[in-house]
Amino acid sequence: MNAPEQVDPVQFTDYYGRPVLKVTRWKSPHMPGYLFLGGLSGAASTMAAAAEATGRPRLARQGRLTAAVAAVGGAGLLVAELGRPERFLNMLRVFKPSSPMSVGSWILAAHGGVTTAAAASTVTGVAPRAGRAAVAVSAVTGPLVATYTGVLLADTAVPAWHAAHRHLPPLFAGSALAAAGGAAMVMVPVAAAGPARRAALLGALAELAVTASLERGQGFGEEPRLVSEPYRIGRAGTLLRAARLLAVAGAAGTALAAGRHRAAAVAAGAALLAGSACTRFGVYHAGVLAGRDPKYTVVPQRARPRVQESRPG
Amino acid sequence: MTYDPARSSGYPDPPQRVGFFTDTSICIGCKACEVACKEWNGLPADGPLPEDASVLELTGMSYDNTGALGASTWRHVAFVEKQNDAGGLNWLMASDVCKHCTHAACLDVCPTGALFRTEFSSVVVQQDVCNGCAYCVSACPYGVIDRREGDGRAWKCTLCYDRLRGGLEPACAKACPTDSIQFGPLDELRERADQRLARLHSDGVTEARLYGEDPADGVGGAGAFFLLLDEPETYGLPPDPVATTRDLPAMWRWAAGAALGLAGGVAVAFLGARGRGR
Repeated sequence: MNAPEQVDPVQFTDYYGRPVLKVTRWKSPHMPGYLFLGGLSGAASTMAAAAEATGRPRLARQGRLTAAVAAVGGAGLLVAELGRPERFLNMLRVFKPSSPMSVGSWILAAHGGVTTAAAASTVTGVAPRAGRAAVAVSAVTGPLVATYTGVLLADTAVPAWHAAHRHLPPLFAGSALAAAGGAAMVMVPVAAAGPARRAALLGALAELAVTASLERGQGFGEEPRLVSEPYRIGRAGTLLRAARLLAVAGAAGTALAAGRHRAAAVAAGAALLAGSACTRFGVYHAGVLAGRDPKYTVVPQRARPRVQESRPG
Repeated sequence: MTYDPARSSGYPDPPQRVGFFTDTSICIGCKACEVACKEWNGLPADGPLPEDASVLELTGMSYDNTGALGASTWRHVAFVEKQNDAGGLNWLMASDVCKHCTHAACLDVCPTGALFRTEFSSVVVQQDVCNGCAYCVSACPYGVIDRREGDGRAWKCTLCYDRLRGGLEPACAKACPTDSIQFGPLDELRERADQRLARLHSDGVTEARLYGEDPADGVGGAGAFFLLLDEPETYGLPPDPVATTRDLPAMWRWAAGAALGLAGGVAVAFLGARGRGR
Protein backbone atom coordinates (compact mmCIF):
# COMPACT_ATOMS: atom_id res chain seq x y z
CA MET A 1 0.00 0.00 0.00
CA ASN A 2 2.76 2.39 0.93
CA ALA A 3 4.86 4.15 -1.64
CA PRO A 4 8.41 2.76 -1.62
CA GLU A 5 9.77 5.90 -0.01
CA GLN A 6 7.59 5.29 3.04
CA VAL A 7 8.50 2.99 5.90
CA ASP A 8 5.92 0.41 6.93
CA PRO A 9 3.69 1.48 9.84
CA VAL A 10 5.33 1.03 13.23
CA GLN A 11 3.65 -0.03 16.45
CA PHE A 12 3.92 1.99 19.63
CA THR A 13 1.53 3.73 22.01
CA ASP A 14 1.54 7.48 21.65
CA TYR A 15 -0.35 10.17 23.55
CA TYR A 16 -3.35 10.88 21.30
CA GLY A 17 -0.98 11.28 18.36
CA ARG A 18 0.48 14.41 19.94
CA PRO A 19 4.05 15.43 19.06
CA VAL A 20 6.65 14.55 21.69
CA LEU A 21 8.79 17.50 20.58
CA LYS A 22 7.63 21.01 19.87
CA VAL A 23 7.40 21.57 16.14
CA THR A 24 10.09 24.11 15.22
CA ARG A 25 8.94 27.68 15.70
CA TRP A 26 11.30 28.81 12.95
CA LYS A 27 9.14 30.11 10.15
CA SER A 28 9.15 29.69 6.41
CA PRO A 29 10.29 31.49 4.27
CA HIS A 30 12.46 33.19 6.90
CA MET A 31 14.64 30.33 8.09
CA PRO A 32 15.07 28.38 4.81
CA GLY A 33 15.38 31.70 2.96
CA TYR A 34 18.22 32.66 5.28
CA LEU A 35 19.88 29.27 4.76
CA PHE A 36 19.80 29.94 1.00
CA LEU A 37 20.94 33.58 1.11
CA GLY A 38 23.63 32.92 3.71
CA GLY A 39 25.03 30.12 1.57
CA LEU A 40 24.88 32.25 -1.58
CA SER A 41 26.65 35.11 0.18
CA GLY A 42 29.34 32.92 1.70
CA ALA A 43 30.26 31.14 -1.52
CA ALA A 44 30.02 34.37 -3.57
CA SER A 45 32.46 36.19 -1.28
CA THR A 46 34.89 33.28 -1.49
CA MET A 47 34.65 33.35 -5.29
CA ALA A 48 35.13 37.13 -5.28
CA ALA A 49 38.35 36.70 -3.33
CA ALA A 50 39.56 33.98 -5.70
CA ALA A 51 38.65 36.11 -8.71
CA GLU A 52 40.58 39.03 -7.30
CA ALA A 53 43.61 36.90 -6.52
CA THR A 54 43.67 35.49 -10.07
CA GLY A 55 42.97 38.79 -11.82
CA ARG A 56 39.37 38.45 -12.92
CA PRO A 57 37.75 41.85 -12.28
CA ARG A 58 34.30 41.09 -13.70
CA LEU A 59 33.82 38.00 -11.53
CA ALA A 60 35.31 39.82 -8.56
CA ARG A 61 32.88 42.73 -8.90
CA GLN A 62 29.87 40.44 -9.35
CA GLY A 63 30.95 38.32 -6.38
CA ARG A 64 31.35 41.34 -4.13
CA LEU A 65 27.90 42.67 -4.98
CA THR A 66 26.14 39.30 -4.71
CA ALA A 67 27.83 38.53 -1.38
CA ALA A 68 26.79 41.84 0.17
CA VAL A 69 23.20 41.84 -1.08
CA ALA A 70 22.64 38.23 0.01
CA ALA A 71 24.27 38.81 3.42
CA VAL A 72 22.12 41.84 4.15
CA GLY A 73 18.98 40.10 2.89
CA GLY A 74 19.73 36.98 4.94
CA ALA A 75 20.41 38.96 8.09
CA GLY A 76 17.13 40.79 7.54
CA LEU A 77 15.26 37.49 7.38
CA LEU A 78 16.91 36.38 10.62
CA VAL A 79 15.89 39.54 12.43
CA ALA A 80 12.33 39.23 11.11
CA GLU A 81 12.31 35.65 12.37
CA LEU A 82 12.84 36.69 16.01
CA GLY A 83 9.93 36.88 18.41
CA ARG A 84 11.36 40.23 19.56
CA PRO A 85 13.13 41.69 16.49
CA GLU A 86 13.96 44.91 18.36
CA ARG A 87 16.23 42.84 20.59
CA PHE A 88 18.32 41.38 17.74
CA LEU A 89 21.48 42.97 19.15
CA ASN A 90 21.14 40.68 22.19
CA MET A 91 22.67 38.07 19.85
CA LEU A 92 25.97 39.90 20.36
CA ARG A 93 25.49 40.29 24.11
CA VAL A 94 27.67 37.25 24.79
CA PHE A 95 29.92 34.92 22.82
CA LYS A 96 28.77 31.41 23.68
CA PRO A 97 30.65 28.53 22.04
CA SER A 98 27.99 26.02 23.14
CA SER A 99 25.41 27.81 20.97
CA PRO A 100 25.81 27.53 17.18
CA MET A 101 23.46 30.49 16.88
CA SER A 102 25.75 32.63 19.02
CA VAL A 103 28.83 31.55 17.07
CA GLY A 104 26.90 32.04 13.83
CA SER A 105 25.74 35.52 14.83
CA TRP A 106 29.31 36.64 15.34
CA ILE A 107 30.41 35.03 12.07
CA LEU A 108 27.49 36.65 10.24
CA ALA A 109 28.18 40.03 11.83
CA ALA A 110 31.79 39.89 10.66
CA HIS A 111 30.84 38.55 7.24
CA GLY A 112 28.08 41.12 6.75
CA GLY A 113 30.52 43.86 7.69
CA VAL A 114 33.33 42.88 5.35
CA THR A 115 31.10 42.01 2.37
CA THR A 116 29.18 45.28 2.71
CA ALA A 117 32.45 47.21 2.95
CA ALA A 118 33.84 45.42 -0.10
CA ALA A 119 30.72 46.06 -2.14
CA ALA A 120 30.57 49.71 -1.07
CA SER A 121 34.17 50.18 -2.14
CA THR A 122 33.44 48.62 -5.53
CA VAL A 123 30.35 50.74 -6.13
CA THR A 124 31.79 54.06 -4.94
CA GLY A 125 35.39 53.55 -5.91
CA VAL A 126 36.40 54.76 -2.45
CA ALA A 127 39.19 53.05 -0.49
CA PRO A 128 40.03 50.31 -3.00
CA ARG A 129 42.79 48.94 -0.79
CA ALA A 130 40.47 48.55 2.19
CA GLY A 131 37.98 46.94 -0.19
CA ARG A 132 40.56 44.38 -1.26
CA ALA A 133 41.42 43.65 2.37
CA ALA A 134 37.73 43.19 3.15
CA VAL A 135 37.37 40.71 0.28
CA ALA A 136 40.36 38.77 1.55
CA VAL A 137 38.75 38.51 5.01
CA SER A 138 35.47 37.42 3.43
CA ALA A 139 37.30 34.44 1.92
CA VAL A 140 37.53 33.19 5.51
CA THR A 141 34.09 34.26 6.80
CA GLY A 142 32.35 33.09 3.60
CA PRO A 143 32.91 29.33 3.92
CA LEU A 144 32.02 29.56 7.62
CA VAL A 145 28.74 31.38 6.94
CA ALA A 146 27.86 28.82 4.28
CA THR A 147 28.43 25.78 6.50
CA TYR A 148 27.72 26.73 10.14
CA THR A 149 24.01 26.61 9.33
CA GLY A 150 24.34 22.83 9.01
CA VAL A 151 25.41 22.75 12.67
CA LEU A 152 22.64 25.20 13.56
CA LEU A 153 19.99 22.71 12.43
CA ALA A 154 21.81 19.56 13.55
CA ASP A 155 22.30 20.81 17.14
CA THR A 156 18.60 20.27 17.92
CA ALA A 157 16.39 17.43 19.14
CA VAL A 158 14.71 17.23 15.70
CA PRO A 159 15.52 13.65 14.63
CA ALA A 160 15.84 14.26 10.88
CA TRP A 161 18.18 17.22 11.48
CA HIS A 162 20.31 15.83 14.26
CA ALA A 163 20.83 12.44 12.60
CA ALA A 164 22.01 14.36 9.51
CA HIS A 165 24.77 16.23 11.33
CA ARG A 166 27.37 14.71 9.01
CA HIS A 167 25.33 15.54 5.92
CA LEU A 168 24.08 19.07 6.45
CA PRO A 169 27.39 21.01 6.44
CA PRO A 170 28.70 19.45 3.20
CA LEU A 171 25.23 19.60 1.66
CA PHE A 172 25.00 23.30 2.43
CA ALA A 173 28.55 23.89 1.16
CA GLY A 174 27.75 22.22 -2.16
CA SER A 175 24.41 23.95 -2.43
CA ALA A 176 26.05 27.33 -1.69
CA LEU A 177 28.71 26.82 -4.35
CA ALA A 178 26.10 25.81 -6.93
CA ALA A 179 24.06 28.91 -6.11
CA ALA A 180 26.98 31.35 -6.20
CA GLY A 181 28.32 29.81 -9.42
CA GLY A 182 24.84 30.00 -10.90
CA ALA A 183 24.47 33.65 -9.90
CA ALA A 184 27.76 34.49 -11.61
CA MET A 185 26.68 32.63 -14.76
CA VAL A 186 23.51 34.71 -14.85
CA MET A 187 25.26 38.04 -14.37
CA VAL A 188 28.70 37.74 -15.98
CA PRO A 189 29.32 37.34 -19.76
CA VAL A 190 30.17 33.84 -20.92
CA ALA A 191 33.78 34.65 -21.80
CA ALA A 192 34.55 35.82 -18.26
CA ALA A 193 32.56 33.21 -16.35
CA GLY A 194 34.66 30.07 -16.87
CA PRO A 195 35.69 29.61 -13.22
CA ALA A 196 32.12 30.27 -12.09
CA ARG A 197 30.90 27.46 -14.34
CA ARG A 198 33.45 25.06 -12.88
CA ALA A 199 32.55 26.12 -9.34
CA ALA A 200 28.86 25.71 -10.08
CA LEU A 201 29.44 22.25 -11.52
CA LEU A 202 31.46 21.13 -8.50
CA GLY A 203 28.81 22.51 -6.15
CA ALA A 204 25.91 20.88 -7.96
CA LEU A 205 27.65 17.50 -8.02
CA ALA A 206 28.35 17.72 -4.29
CA GLU A 207 24.77 18.77 -3.61
CA LEU A 208 23.41 15.82 -5.61
CA ALA A 209 25.72 13.29 -3.98
CA VAL A 210 25.06 14.39 -0.40
CA THR A 211 21.30 14.63 -0.96
CA ALA A 212 21.25 11.05 -2.25
CA SER A 213 23.04 9.87 0.88
CA LEU A 214 20.79 11.98 3.10
CA GLU A 215 17.61 10.55 1.61
CA ARG A 216 18.86 7.03 2.29
CA GLY A 217 19.73 7.92 5.88
CA GLN A 218 23.31 6.67 5.57
CA GLY A 219 25.07 6.95 8.93
CA PHE A 220 21.86 7.98 10.71
CA GLY A 221 22.13 5.60 13.69
CA GLU A 222 19.01 3.73 14.87
CA GLU A 223 16.15 3.21 12.40
CA PRO A 224 17.81 5.08 9.52
CA ARG A 225 14.99 4.31 7.06
CA LEU A 226 12.42 5.85 9.38
CA VAL A 227 14.47 8.83 10.56
CA SER A 228 15.31 9.78 6.95
CA GLU A 229 11.70 9.32 5.79
CA PRO A 230 10.82 13.04 6.22
CA TYR A 231 13.33 13.78 3.44
CA ARG A 232 11.47 11.49 1.04
CA ILE A 233 7.80 12.18 1.65
CA GLY A 234 5.45 15.15 1.83
CA ARG A 235 6.49 18.68 1.02
CA ALA A 236 10.17 18.02 1.74
CA GLY A 237 10.16 15.02 -0.61
CA THR A 238 8.65 17.13 -3.38
CA LEU A 239 11.11 19.97 -2.81
CA LEU A 240 14.13 17.69 -2.76
CA ARG A 241 12.98 15.95 -5.95
CA ALA A 242 12.61 19.37 -7.57
CA ALA A 243 16.05 20.31 -6.25
CA ARG A 244 17.54 17.21 -7.87
CA LEU A 245 15.88 17.88 -11.25
CA LEU A 246 17.04 21.50 -11.19
CA ALA A 247 20.57 20.57 -10.17
CA VAL A 248 20.85 17.90 -12.87
CA ALA A 249 19.43 20.23 -15.52
CA GLY A 250 21.59 23.13 -14.35
CA ALA A 251 24.73 21.01 -14.24
CA ALA A 252 24.06 19.56 -17.69
CA GLY A 253 23.44 23.02 -19.10
CA THR A 254 26.58 24.31 -17.42
CA ALA A 255 28.74 21.52 -18.79
CA LEU A 256 27.31 21.43 -22.32
CA ALA A 257 26.05 24.85 -23.39
CA ALA A 258 26.71 27.59 -20.83
CA GLY A 259 30.24 28.18 -22.17
CA ARG A 260 28.94 29.08 -25.62
CA HIS A 261 25.55 30.78 -25.32
CA ARG A 262 24.65 33.51 -22.88
CA ALA A 263 21.02 32.42 -22.88
CA ALA A 264 22.02 28.88 -21.93
CA ALA A 265 24.28 30.22 -19.19
CA VAL A 266 21.47 32.33 -17.76
CA ALA A 267 19.05 29.38 -17.85
CA ALA A 268 21.53 26.95 -16.30
CA GLY A 269 22.55 29.47 -13.63
CA ALA A 270 18.94 30.18 -12.74
CA ALA A 271 18.23 26.44 -12.50
CA LEU A 272 21.15 26.00 -10.08
CA LEU A 273 19.97 28.93 -7.95
CA ALA A 274 16.45 27.52 -7.83
CA GLY A 275 17.77 24.04 -7.06
CA SER A 276 19.81 25.36 -4.15
CA ALA A 277 16.77 27.16 -2.76
CA CYS A 278 14.67 23.99 -3.09
CA THR A 279 17.29 22.04 -1.18
CA ARG A 280 17.15 24.49 1.74
CA PHE A 281 13.36 24.59 1.84
CA GLY A 282 13.29 20.78 1.59
CA VAL A 283 15.63 20.32 4.55
CA TYR A 284 13.58 22.82 6.56
CA HIS A 285 10.28 21.06 5.86
CA ALA A 286 11.77 17.65 6.69
CA GLY A 287 12.50 19.03 10.15
CA VAL A 288 8.95 20.33 10.50
CA LEU A 289 7.51 16.90 9.72
CA ALA A 290 10.04 15.13 11.95
CA GLY A 291 8.94 17.26 14.89
CA ARG A 292 5.24 16.85 14.23
CA ASP A 293 4.95 13.03 14.12
CA PRO A 294 5.93 11.36 17.42
CA LYS A 295 7.05 8.15 15.66
CA TYR A 296 10.25 9.84 14.45
CA THR A 297 11.19 10.56 18.07
CA VAL A 298 9.88 7.47 19.85
CA VAL A 299 10.76 4.56 17.54
CA PRO A 300 14.52 5.25 17.14
CA GLN A 301 14.85 5.92 20.88
CA ARG A 302 13.10 2.65 21.70
CA ALA A 303 15.53 0.82 19.45
CA ARG A 304 18.54 1.91 21.51
CA PRO A 305 20.21 -0.81 23.57
CA ARG A 306 19.89 1.01 26.91
CA VAL A 307 16.12 1.25 26.43
CA GLN A 308 15.80 -2.35 25.28
CA GLU A 309 17.62 -3.59 28.38
CA SER A 310 15.75 -1.43 30.87
CA ARG A 311 12.21 -2.38 29.88
CA PRO A 312 10.30 -4.12 32.68
CA GLY A 313 9.35 -7.68 31.74
CA MET B 1 30.62 13.01 44.38
CA THR B 2 27.78 13.49 41.95
CA TYR B 3 27.97 16.14 39.25
CA ASP B 4 26.56 19.41 40.55
CA PRO B 5 25.24 21.67 37.76
CA ALA B 6 25.17 24.77 39.96
CA ARG B 7 28.74 24.30 41.12
CA SER B 8 30.03 23.67 37.60
CA SER B 9 28.12 26.78 36.46
CA GLY B 10 30.26 28.88 38.77
CA TYR B 11 28.36 29.07 42.06
CA PRO B 12 31.15 28.56 44.61
CA ASP B 13 28.90 27.34 47.42
CA PRO B 14 25.42 26.56 46.07
CA PRO B 15 22.52 25.30 48.17
CA GLN B 16 21.49 21.64 47.78
CA ARG B 17 20.16 20.74 44.35
CA VAL B 18 16.37 20.59 44.50
CA GLY B 19 13.74 19.21 42.17
CA PHE B 20 10.50 17.30 41.77
CA PHE B 21 9.62 13.66 42.19
CA THR B 22 6.22 13.18 40.58
CA ASP B 23 4.71 9.88 41.68
CA THR B 24 2.00 9.30 39.09
CA SER B 25 0.68 6.21 40.89
CA ILE B 26 -1.08 8.49 43.40
CA CYS B 27 -2.10 11.29 40.99
CA ILE B 28 -5.88 11.76 41.04
CA GLY B 29 -6.01 14.10 38.05
CA CYS B 30 -7.39 17.10 39.96
CA LYS B 31 -5.22 19.59 38.03
CA ALA B 32 -4.65 21.66 41.17
CA CYS B 33 -0.98 21.83 40.07
CA GLU B 34 -1.96 23.37 36.74
CA VAL B 35 -4.16 25.94 38.43
CA ALA B 36 -1.70 26.80 41.20
CA CYS B 37 1.05 27.26 38.60
CA LYS B 38 -1.10 29.56 36.46
CA GLU B 39 -2.14 31.56 39.51
CA TRP B 40 1.28 32.00 41.08
CA ASN B 41 3.12 32.72 37.85
CA GLY B 42 0.37 34.87 36.34
CA LEU B 43 0.24 32.80 33.16
CA PRO B 44 -2.27 33.69 30.45
CA ALA B 45 -4.87 31.24 29.24
CA ASP B 46 -4.05 29.03 26.30
CA GLY B 47 -6.05 26.43 24.46
CA PRO B 48 -5.09 22.90 23.46
CA LEU B 49 -4.62 23.57 19.77
CA PRO B 50 -0.99 24.19 18.85
CA GLU B 51 -2.05 25.89 15.62
CA ASP B 52 -4.14 28.46 17.53
CA ALA B 53 -3.46 28.76 21.24
CA SER B 54 -6.39 31.11 21.76
CA VAL B 55 -9.02 28.52 20.88
CA LEU B 56 -10.61 26.92 23.93
CA GLU B 57 -12.44 23.74 23.14
CA LEU B 58 -12.78 20.08 24.10
CA THR B 59 -10.00 17.88 22.83
CA GLY B 60 -11.66 14.51 23.17
CA MET B 61 -8.51 13.36 24.99
CA SER B 62 -10.17 11.96 28.12
CA TYR B 63 -10.17 14.68 30.80
CA ASP B 64 -7.18 16.44 29.24
CA ASN B 65 -8.23 19.77 27.77
CA THR B 66 -4.83 21.30 28.36
CA GLY B 67 -3.09 19.29 25.63
CA ALA B 68 0.60 19.73 26.30
CA LEU B 69 3.21 21.76 28.12
CA GLY B 70 3.83 25.12 26.46
CA ALA B 71 4.78 28.74 26.88
CA SER B 72 1.84 29.37 29.21
CA THR B 73 1.33 25.85 30.61
CA TRP B 74 4.14 24.76 32.91
CA ARG B 75 2.31 21.82 34.51
CA HIS B 76 0.23 19.52 32.32
CA VAL B 77 -1.82 16.61 33.61
CA ALA B 78 -2.04 13.79 31.07
CA PHE B 79 -4.99 11.37 31.12
CA VAL B 80 -4.33 8.01 29.49
CA GLU B 81 -7.12 5.52 28.85
CA LYS B 82 -5.63 2.20 27.92
CA GLN B 83 -7.27 -1.18 27.39
CA ASN B 84 -5.70 -3.74 29.70
CA ASP B 85 -5.38 -7.50 29.24
CA ALA B 86 -8.35 -8.20 31.52
CA GLY B 87 -10.63 -6.30 29.14
CA GLY B 88 -10.89 -3.33 31.48
CA LEU B 89 -9.48 0.15 31.26
CA ASN B 90 -6.31 1.49 32.86
CA TRP B 91 -6.90 5.14 33.63
CA LEU B 92 -3.52 6.76 34.13
CA MET B 93 -2.86 10.33 35.20
CA ALA B 94 0.47 12.08 35.29
CA SER B 95 1.48 15.68 35.89
CA ASP B 96 4.29 16.64 33.52
CA VAL B 97 6.69 19.53 34.00
CA CYS B 98 10.05 20.88 32.78
CA LYS B 99 12.76 18.35 33.65
CA HIS B 100 15.43 20.91 34.66
CA CYS B 101 18.02 18.64 33.03
CA THR B 102 21.51 18.18 34.43
CA HIS B 103 22.75 18.77 30.87
CA ALA B 104 20.15 21.16 29.48
CA ALA B 105 20.11 21.50 25.69
CA CYS B 106 17.92 24.64 25.85
CA LEU B 107 20.52 26.31 28.01
CA ASP B 108 23.40 25.16 25.78
CA VAL B 109 21.94 26.59 22.57
CA CYS B 110 20.54 29.89 23.93
CA PRO B 111 22.55 32.55 22.03
CA THR B 112 21.78 35.52 24.28
CA GLY B 113 22.42 34.04 27.71
CA ALA B 114 18.75 34.55 28.56
CA LEU B 115 18.52 30.95 29.80
CA PHE B 116 20.68 30.40 32.86
CA ARG B 117 21.39 27.87 35.61
CA THR B 118 20.25 29.00 39.04
CA GLU B 119 21.98 28.32 42.33
CA PHE B 120 19.37 25.56 42.89
CA SER B 121 20.51 23.89 39.61
CA SER B 122 17.20 24.70 37.93
CA VAL B 123 17.06 26.26 34.46
CA VAL B 124 15.32 29.64 34.10
CA VAL B 125 14.67 32.17 31.28
CA GLN B 126 15.49 35.84 31.93
CA GLN B 127 12.55 37.42 30.18
CA ASP B 128 14.22 40.82 29.85
CA VAL B 129 17.02 39.27 27.78
CA CYS B 130 15.23 36.65 25.60
CA ASN B 131 14.82 37.88 22.02
CA GLY B 132 12.60 35.02 20.88
CA CYS B 133 15.03 33.22 18.56
CA ALA B 134 13.27 29.92 19.41
CA TYR B 135 16.45 27.84 19.28
CA CYS B 136 15.65 26.41 22.73
CA VAL B 137 12.26 25.23 21.42
CA SER B 138 13.89 22.94 18.86
CA ALA B 139 16.68 21.87 21.22
CA CYS B 140 14.51 20.56 24.08
CA PRO B 141 14.27 16.76 23.79
CA TYR B 142 11.00 16.77 25.79
CA GLY B 143 9.12 19.49 23.87
CA VAL B 144 8.74 21.58 27.02
CA ILE B 145 9.83 25.15 26.32
CA ASP B 146 7.91 27.21 23.74
CA ARG B 147 7.65 30.69 22.31
CA ARG B 148 4.51 32.52 23.39
CA GLU B 149 2.49 33.84 20.48
CA GLY B 150 1.89 37.57 20.65
CA ASP B 151 4.64 37.97 23.24
CA GLY B 152 7.47 36.55 21.15
CA ARG B 153 9.63 35.28 24.00
CA ALA B 154 10.34 31.74 25.22
CA TRP B 155 8.75 30.64 28.49
CA LYS B 156 8.80 27.58 30.71
CA CYS B 157 8.67 26.38 34.32
CA THR B 158 11.08 28.26 36.60
CA LEU B 159 10.79 25.71 39.44
CA CYS B 160 9.18 28.77 41.10
CA TYR B 161 12.56 30.50 41.35
CA ASP B 162 10.97 33.42 43.20
CA ARG B 163 9.40 31.11 45.79
CA LEU B 164 12.64 29.15 46.23
CA ARG B 165 14.51 32.40 46.86
CA GLY B 166 11.93 33.13 49.55
CA GLY B 167 12.30 29.70 51.15
CA LEU B 168 8.98 28.36 49.84
CA GLU B 169 8.28 25.23 47.82
CA PRO B 170 6.97 25.55 44.23
CA ALA B 171 3.28 26.32 43.88
CA CYS B 172 2.36 23.02 42.18
CA ALA B 173 3.91 20.87 44.91
CA LYS B 174 2.28 23.06 47.57
CA ALA B 175 -1.14 22.59 45.97
CA CYS B 176 -0.93 18.85 45.25
CA PRO B 177 -3.45 17.20 47.61
CA THR B 178 -2.02 13.66 47.41
CA ASP B 179 1.71 14.48 47.43
CA SER B 180 1.96 13.02 43.96
CA ILE B 181 4.21 16.04 43.33
CA GLN B 182 7.01 16.03 45.89
CA PHE B 183 9.57 18.81 46.12
CA GLY B 184 12.89 18.62 47.91
CA PRO B 185 16.62 17.94 47.69
CA LEU B 186 17.16 15.69 44.69
CA ASP B 187 19.19 13.11 46.61
CA GLU B 188 16.40 12.64 49.15
CA LEU B 189 13.80 12.42 46.39
CA ARG B 190 15.77 9.70 44.64
CA GLU B 191 15.94 7.65 47.82
CA ARG B 192 12.24 8.12 48.41
CA ALA B 193 11.51 7.12 44.82
CA ASP B 194 13.57 3.94 45.13
CA GLN B 195 11.63 2.97 48.27
CA ARG B 196 8.32 3.71 46.62
CA LEU B 197 9.28 1.66 43.56
CA ALA B 198 10.34 -1.29 45.70
CA ARG B 199 7.06 -1.08 47.60
CA LEU B 200 5.00 -1.06 44.42
CA HIS B 201 6.96 -3.96 42.94
CA SER B 202 6.47 -6.02 46.12
CA ASP B 203 2.76 -5.22 45.90
CA GLY B 204 2.73 -6.72 42.43
CA VAL B 205 2.66 -3.47 40.45
CA THR B 206 5.42 -4.70 38.16
CA GLU B 207 4.68 -2.08 35.50
CA ALA B 208 5.90 0.70 37.82
CA ARG B 209 9.18 2.26 36.72
CA LEU B 210 11.18 5.42 37.37
CA TYR B 211 11.72 7.89 34.55
CA GLY B 212 14.45 10.52 34.44
CA GLU B 213 16.13 9.56 37.73
CA ASP B 214 19.25 8.01 36.16
CA PRO B 215 22.32 10.33 36.08
CA ALA B 216 23.68 8.12 33.29
CA ASP B 217 20.84 8.94 30.88
CA GLY B 218 21.05 11.23 27.85
CA VAL B 219 20.43 14.44 29.82
CA GLY B 220 22.58 13.50 32.82
CA GLY B 221 19.48 12.81 34.88
CA ALA B 222 16.49 15.10 35.25
CA GLY B 223 15.96 17.54 38.11
CA ALA B 224 12.28 16.60 37.82
CA PHE B 225 11.74 12.85 37.56
CA PHE B 226 8.75 10.54 37.65
CA LEU B 227 7.32 7.21 38.68
CA LEU B 228 5.28 5.92 35.74
CA LEU B 229 2.91 2.98 35.34
CA ASP B 230 3.43 2.48 31.61
CA GLU B 231 5.94 3.18 28.85
CA PRO B 232 7.03 6.85 28.76
CA GLU B 233 5.70 7.32 25.22
CA THR B 234 2.20 6.38 26.46
CA TYR B 235 2.27 9.63 28.43
CA GLY B 236 3.81 11.55 25.51
CA LEU B 237 7.32 11.39 26.96
CA PRO B 238 10.39 10.39 24.90
CA PRO B 239 11.74 6.94 25.93
CA ASP B 240 15.42 7.91 25.76
CA PRO B 241 15.83 11.69 25.58
CA VAL B 242 19.27 13.01 24.74
CA ALA B 243 20.74 16.49 24.94
CA THR B 244 21.96 16.35 21.34
CA THR B 245 24.23 19.29 22.11
CA ARG B 246 26.73 16.75 23.47
CA ASP B 247 27.62 15.92 19.83
CA LEU B 248 28.51 19.55 19.10
CA PRO B 249 32.29 19.05 18.73
CA ALA B 250 31.69 16.36 16.09
CA MET B 251 29.25 18.64 14.29
CA TRP B 252 31.78 21.49 14.19
CA ARG B 253 34.37 19.11 12.79
CA TRP B 254 32.03 18.26 9.90
CA ALA B 255 31.33 21.95 9.35
CA ALA B 256 35.04 22.77 9.37
CA GLY B 257 35.64 20.02 6.82
CA ALA B 258 32.81 21.32 4.67
CA ALA B 259 34.12 24.90 4.90
CA LEU B 260 37.56 23.74 3.80
CA GLY B 261 35.93 21.76 1.01
CA LEU B 262 34.08 24.85 -0.15
CA ALA B 263 37.25 26.95 -0.15
CA GLY B 264 39.12 24.14 -1.92
CA GLY B 265 36.38 23.81 -4.54
CA VAL B 266 36.58 27.52 -5.30
CA ALA B 267 40.38 27.33 -5.50
CA VAL B 268 40.22 24.41 -7.93
CA ALA B 269 37.66 26.21 -10.08
CA PHE B 270 39.72 29.38 -10.30
CA LEU B 271 43.20 27.91 -10.55
CA GLY B 272 42.10 25.30 -13.09
CA ALA B 273 42.60 27.69 -15.98
CA ARG B 274 44.66 30.57 -14.71
CA GLY B 275 44.57 33.75 -16.73
CA ARG B 276 41.79 32.70 -19.10
CA GLY B 277 38.47 34.42 -19.54
CA ARG B 278 39.15 37.82 -18.11
